[in-house]
Amino acid sequence: MSKLDDKKTDQKGQEDGVRGFIILFFIIGLFASLIVGWMIFPSLLYSKKKQPIDFNHVLHVEAVDQGCESCHYIREDGSFSGVPKLAQCVDCHEEVQGEDPEEAKFVNEYVAEGKEVPWLVYSRQPDCVFFSHVTHTKMAEMDCATCHGAIGESEHSKIYEQNRISGYSRDIWGKNIAGFKKNTWDRMKMDDCSECHVKNHVRQASVQTKKGGCFVCHK
Amino acid sequence: MKIDRRSFLSLGMGVAAGTALSPLPWKLIDDISIWTQMWPWTPVPEIGEVNYVNSTCTLCPGGCGITVRKIGDRAVKVEGKEGHPINSGGVCLLGLSGLQNLYGYDRRIKTPLKRIGNRGQGSFQKITWDEAISEVVNKLSEVRSTGQAHAVSCISGSDQGTVAQLLKRFLTAYGSPNFFTMPSMQDSYELALYLTQGIQASVAFDVENSDFVLSFGSGIVEGWGSPVRMFQASSRWREGKGKVVQIEPRLSITAAKSDKWIPIKPGTEAALALGLASVIIKESLYDKEFVENYAFGFENWKDDAGKTQIGFKQFVLEGYGPDKVAKITGIDKSTIISLARSFVRASKPLAIGGRNQGRSTSGRLNEFMAIYALNALVGNINKTGGVWSIPKPGYIKWPKVEMDDVAEKGIKEPRIDAAGSASYPYSQYLLNRVPGILNSGQENPIQVLFVAGANPIYALPNTKAVKEAFDKIPYIVGFSSYLDETAKYADIILPNHVYLERYEDIPTPVGFQKPFIGLAKPVIAPQFETKNLGDTIFLLAKGLGGTIEKAFPWDDYETCLKETLSEKWDSLEENGYWIDSSLKPADWKNAFKTASKKFEFIAAGKAKDIASLFGFSSSTLEGDEASYPLVLIPYDSMRLANGFIGDPPFVMKAVEDTVLKGKDVLIEINPETAKQLGMSEGGFAKLATPVGTAKVRVHLYDGIMPGIIALPRGLGHTAYDKFLGGKGVNFNELIGSVEDPVSGLDATWGIRAKLTKA
Ligand code: SF4
Repeated sequence: MSKLDDKKTDQKGQEDGVRGFIILFFIIGLFASLIVGWMIFPSLLYSKKKQPIDFNHVLHVEAVDQGCESCHYIREDGSFSGVPKLAQCVDCHEEVQGEDPEEAKFVNEYVAEGKEVPWLVYSRQPDCVFFSHVTHTKMAEMDCATCHGAIGESEHSKIYEQNRISGYSRDIWGKNIAGFKKNTWDRMKMDDCSECHVKNHVRQASVQTKKGGCFVCHK
Repeated sequence: MKIDRRSFLSLGMGVAAGTALSPLPWKLIDDISIWTQMWPWTPVPEIGEVNYVNSTCTLCPGGCGITVRKIGDRAVKVEGKEGHPINSGGVCLLGLSGLQNLYGYDRRIKTPLKRIGNRGQGSFQKITWDEAISEVVNKLSEVRSTGQAHAVSCISGSDQGTVAQLLKRFLTAYGSPNFFTMPSMQDSYELALYLTQGIQASVAFDVENSDFVLSFGSGIVEGWGSPVRMFQASSRWREGKGKVVQIEPRLSITAAKSDKWIPIKPGTEAALALGLASVIIKESLYDKEFVENYAFGFENWKDDAGKTQIGFKQFVLEGYGPDKVAKITGIDKSTIISLARSFVRASKPLAIGGRNQGRSTSGRLNEFMAIYALNALVGNINKTGGVWSIPKPGYIKWPKVEMDDVAEKGIKEPRIDAAGSASYPYSQYLLNRVPGILNSGQENPIQVLFVAGANPIYALPNTKAVKEAFDKIPYIVGFSSYLDETAKYADIILPNHVYLERYEDIPTPVGFQKPFIGLAKPVIAPQFETKNLGDTIFLLAKGLGGTIEKAFPWDDYETCLKETLSEKWDSLEENGYWIDSSLKPADWKNAFKTASKKFEFIAAGKAKDIASLFGFSSSTLEGDEASYPLVLIPYDSMRLANGFIGDPPFVMKAVEDTVLKGKDVLIEINPETAKQLGMSEGGFAKLATPVGTAKVRVHLYDGIMPGIIALPRGLGHTAYDKFLGGKGVNFNELIGSVEDPVSGLDATWGIRAKLTKA
């Protein structure tokens, strides 16, 4: 072997090593960013807040006779009452009734003080969305659970996760960070509303455009 | 083995690939875009139980029904009231932005104010209501005690409804005949109605049922008549239920939406109407039943002295044949003939007039007469799809004012404007004549001026002359809710509630074909120390005492309104309006209250001869052609309120940048004319008219006839807020007032002008 050849082999070995590093670094970069993107980012993106009172839906649903509507009712004018106001709760919770420390907290801190509970609303849509409960639950006869899931069967209030950028609840964008959904209630973004609207031919003729109507929800 | 630059590049690529495969970038983009749509600092209405209050919009004379959405005590949105007879759910941009007149605190007057600076400067001092009332009362007593009661006068936005009538009643009890309203096309329309039909009524257009609308420059979708009602009518026509022919020198939005646009030399509209009449008569296409049985003055006739008078037929056939009219108007003879034929052939033709919004000026009487005559020729008077006359609502039945000696004497004094005198026998108010009279006289015929629901310093033609006239008036009392140009000129301001804070009846929207009263209702409690003008009048009357106090026997305005509307009140409270939907216009046998009991082409005994009523003359433009080679005309837009109300910020946002760029207004000019003047798009120019000058920018527009230039009304405010004030030019600063030779009303439609490169 001539010296020249030696050099060549040497170079070749070095080349192989460099290539190895290139691949290794690529893989490191790839995996690191996948971990950041799929795991660290989602947990950083949402701040976690506890509800002021841990609310037991199961207990309340048993005690009332009209299901969800006993507390979340439609007003006479067709508008939706949303999360109950203190005035509704006071009927039963004037005094502490049970053993639950959360109830005691509610009565002492809010009822006695006459202060509204600052509930965090998981399903609050942005202000640019016009949504009528009555058209969905009464006219279209949809179940509450179709959009809200089985919240009536929860014994504790889940953590409220708030998107640090947009300020909205995680329930709107969807639990799954990739945007996949298994259930109708997993996500409540514009596409989810329109998916159902298109399927059911909901007001597909806008007066202005004579096409699918933006103005059904944005008005 | 060596780690080199390539390894790091590779790391970077790995990170890029991994990131792209993770939800991070996509979710970030989505969240950031949501964040930008919903800036956290954007004010968002409270969430809570919604309630609605039905009321009536008073921002223009349209009379639309509105529903105001409230959350708690906060009004959050104005919507059109569904099922309302005028606007059935629709609302215009100005109406929609109404809350900015309520919560736009910069433009509102919050307490009574007394002037401390110079007039127009806007320096005021806050005073209490007691101080304000007693100051005005003292002033009024002083003037009255010197035998000058008739020198107290009032400019009001209109004379309809209880508030305007209370003002008028106050002047009567006080002893002054000098009540004025701001000019509008209704003045001329009502006069035409009176001259042809002998009735005092409002004119109405059954636009919902007409199938051919011949519009002499009326801005059908630009605010003419009751604006939202007209949009809806226009949509129906566009769906194939009718045709619109628009005649005007400029391709307005109305013209662009019409089936046919016929550009015309501005100011010659009356001649065209007469030309069309001559074709209709010559070809014997007119409605024989109507003309032969129910019309007078069509054929030649003999007056009381036995002298033969020329009738309408001979008048138009001789003087307004299509050849001659083609020369006057610049429209082809063949177009005139075919237009006349299509007008008559339509099953429900309707001719309308009043240029632009028809609100800034009364217009030339001969034009309205000629347009009326066209309607008569096709026999659409009081017919489906035609022109109707609607009796003025007679619900205000207050006892006659008991007058003391001073009042008796004062009320007999001649009006300042000579309206109703031998020179102007048929006109009620001629406010347009007042500045000239004040500026030319030595004495001050006006000692105290009330201004209510009007902004004359901004909205009357020839701002400079109007200001000069106001300067001669020793004491001006403003009642405006807004610190507008006229309020800034007042010596004392007794602010009215904004329309969403007060009760008020709004009768008969312009052109609506049923007797109708809308009710404005307080949507929220007054935000500031303001008072309903009705209550302010009562307080002034009480302060003056005697017969003046007695003329107002009500505890407060609300009681007065309820009692006045009596049995109609319940319907008004509940629906926000009262309508007499059963009203059918009178049939031809009973419709005409003239001497002949017929529709009179020539008002016998009222007009000298037919030519004085209809005759076209071209000398209606101020300025000489040599020094002012161009003709300047105004245009109106739904995006620029130009009367008592100034544009709120939302509406200003909608003004196109071909109208207003930054703070400069653009003047529309035909590219050909611009080329001759050496001007190009966006360039600055100096605009001069015999009345004033202004700096403008040039906008080349193929849709305007060569030699004509156009500016929008509604800009150039010096008051209100930073969103409106100081932008563009007030058209009224550039135009003079031209008096109609018959009616004496303001008939200005344009002015000669010169444009030079700046
Ligand atoms: S058209 Fe006139 S009355 Fe109707 S909503 Fe607009 S501003 Fe108000």
